[in-house]
Amino acid sequence: MSDTKLKSTKRKTAKELNVKPVYLESGLEVNPVYTAEDVHPTDEEQEMPGEYPFTRGIHPSMYRNKPFTIRQYAGFASPEATNERFHFLIKNGQSGLNVAFDLPTQCGLDSDDPRAFGEVGRVGMTIDTLADFEIAFQNIDLDKITVSLTINGTAIILIAMYVAMAEKAGYDISKLRGTAQNDILKEFIGRGTWIFPVDKSVKLVVDTIEYCAAHVPKYSPVSVCGYHIRESGANPIQEMAYAFCIAKAYTDGALERGITIDDFASRLSFNFDIYGNLFEQVAKFRGGRRLWAKIIREEYGAKNENSCWMRMIAGGGGGGLTKEQPMNNIVRSAYYALISALSGTQTMALCSYDEAYTIPTEHSAEISLRTMQIMIHEMGICDTVDPLGGSYYVEALTNTFEEEIRKEMKTVEKWDGIINAVATGKIQASVSRQAYEREMGIQTGKVPKVGVNIYTREEESQEVEFHPYNQKAADDQIGKLKKIKESRNQEKVKHCLAIVKQEALENKNLMPSIIAAVKEYCTVGEIVSALKEVYGEFKEPIFFN
Amino acid sequence: MKILLSKPGLDGHDVGVKVLAHGLIDAGFTVVYTGLRKTIEEIVDMAIENKVDIIGMSILSGTHLILAQKMKEVLAERKINIQWFVGGNIPAKHLEELRKMGASQAFPTGSKVSEVVDYFNSIKRTA
Repeated sequence: MSDTKLKSTKRKTAKELNVKPVYLESGLEVNPVYTAEDVHPTDEEQEMPGEYPFTRGIHPSMYRNKPFTIRQYAGFASPEATNERFHFLIKNGQSGLNVAFDLPTQCGLDSDDPRAFGEVGRVGMTIDTLADFEIAFQNIDLDKITVSLTINGTAIILIAMYVAMAEKAGYDISKLRGTAQNDILKEFIGRGTWIFPVDKSVKLVVDTIEYCAAHVPKYSPVSVCGYHIRESGANPIQEMAYAFCIAKAYTDGALERGITIDDFASRLSFNFDIYGNLFEQVAKFRGGRRLWAKIIREEYGAKNENSCWMRMIAGGGGGGLTKEQPMNNIVRSAYYALISALSGTQTMALCSYDEAYTIPTEHSAEISLRTMQIMIHEMGICDTVDPLGGSYYVEALTNTFEEEIRKEMKTVEKWDGIINAVATGKIQASVSRQAYEREMGIQTGKVPKVGVNIYTREEESQEVEFHPYNQKAADDQIGKLKKIKESRNQEKVKHCLAIVKQEALENKNLMPSIIAAVKEYCTVGEIVSALKEVYGEFKEPIFFN
Repeated sequence: MKILLSKPGLDGHDVGVKVLAHGLIDAGFTVVYTGLRKTIEEIVDMAIENKVDIIGMSILSGTHLILAQKMKEVLAERKINIQWFVGGNIPAKHLEELRKMGASQAFPTGSKVSEVVDYFNSIKRTA
């Protein structure tokens, strides 16, 4: 908003009102008051929810029809425990689970690898071979439960296992549903479970997209995560911009394989972060949703409306929670849930109040669940679609966010695209600098944080509840792996791994050969090793600026 | 004073270690960062190669006792006398255990960058 324009109106600037200027985390200045003049009149003003470009939501009636899905993240150490949990959930009428995997599975190491020592089953389920998948899904009707696999570096292998398991059990895979996170580009920016060089990693993601489009069309092979990028230090504009650049990189790869945009775009979804200023977050999602629709229709020529939908899981971010006065996190999370609902999310998950210092207890996880349920049933949040639509402030900020996200995407283009920006470490260096500046802002009191740098009190420091490592469970897993390795057909195993390697050399889509390999009980570690021989490993660019 | 900051084990959470790296660099220290997923042997190799004065290990996943024990063993095996410290999601009751294993200091979640900087300034003075 230019000053000259402001002078002709009744609105006053912060300076004229003699109040301090206010800046959002994204760096945008906020006016003390907004009027109709701030909302540029466009056709979009009369836009309805469920209408392109979907600023107000992707469905005409949104939560009036069906509230957002609640999907909390959970990890169970062993395939056996996971199976028990599935049965419990089905008995209780639930239909989905978000599965966490342990770090060796995420990094492509078998349980018996020396580098896996101390980590087997620690932060999620262990998967060495298809046998583990078969235990986890024993007597589960895959038509009834949808499974979300939180897996990235080894996603192609785990998706292959899911498909192989379903095929072996006699399911029609053309009807198989489910999702995988499978967003490797964000792993290079935050979270860190990359394995292969950036271009090869993207190739593997595109392999899964191409395979699923042809054979498992109801499966959502990729969920692009702005979440971890923001948690690594990106601001809300960058969170959206980098996620869109990443989604475009996968899309471009898929199109090069001859897939049409409408074959694939509707299976793409996003995972975003919420903490900080309420209005900034809501505008981020509204502006982002509009921009994504325009990108898909205008740049890619999509014909189907649902190709243009920015479907998302948007949950409370761990980055906003504090170890100090942890009960305050319950209040913060309730606001984050409100933001998510006001932004038209499809799926919601909240961090538990104790997540800043420990693995959530059953009690704290229940509070998160109740927070969302109270909002659905007591707050009237589902009654009316896009209740903030038409607010001068929110609409003006929505417009600004659309522009700013687009600008930030241009910056990435100047870095020769997201793949190059990640491979050279440019994005990592800039977000880590921002994380430092933000943290110092909190530590020096410049950025107010209740209970941390204002309204603090002397208190006993919160003890971290330590989950002792279950060495016996790890040993059992290693024992099970040993048995499988001995009992499988060694000739076939060797042959399958040789084919995976050969097809990697020939740059073929690796899904069919990996599915064949996992059916012969080749391990995650063996397949990753075969691929490393062809692709090499990512070398982390390290510099601080 | 030259400090090696490391990420041992498989944990990929590196926001904390990078924040600390920036803080130490701004405070005038020389920082070498290993990057993710290093074994203790690789970390000790890098410490020797870069002639650092102290090794820092950043761990979030809960494996700090296992990795600290390994650090103690590798340093003893190679007969290297170098100080090391740990930072991360560490329960208070483990702080003493870590010191017994030979850690010169441990910084649990909630520690300030300035506390770590003060600590290094104090050992710089006594060195």
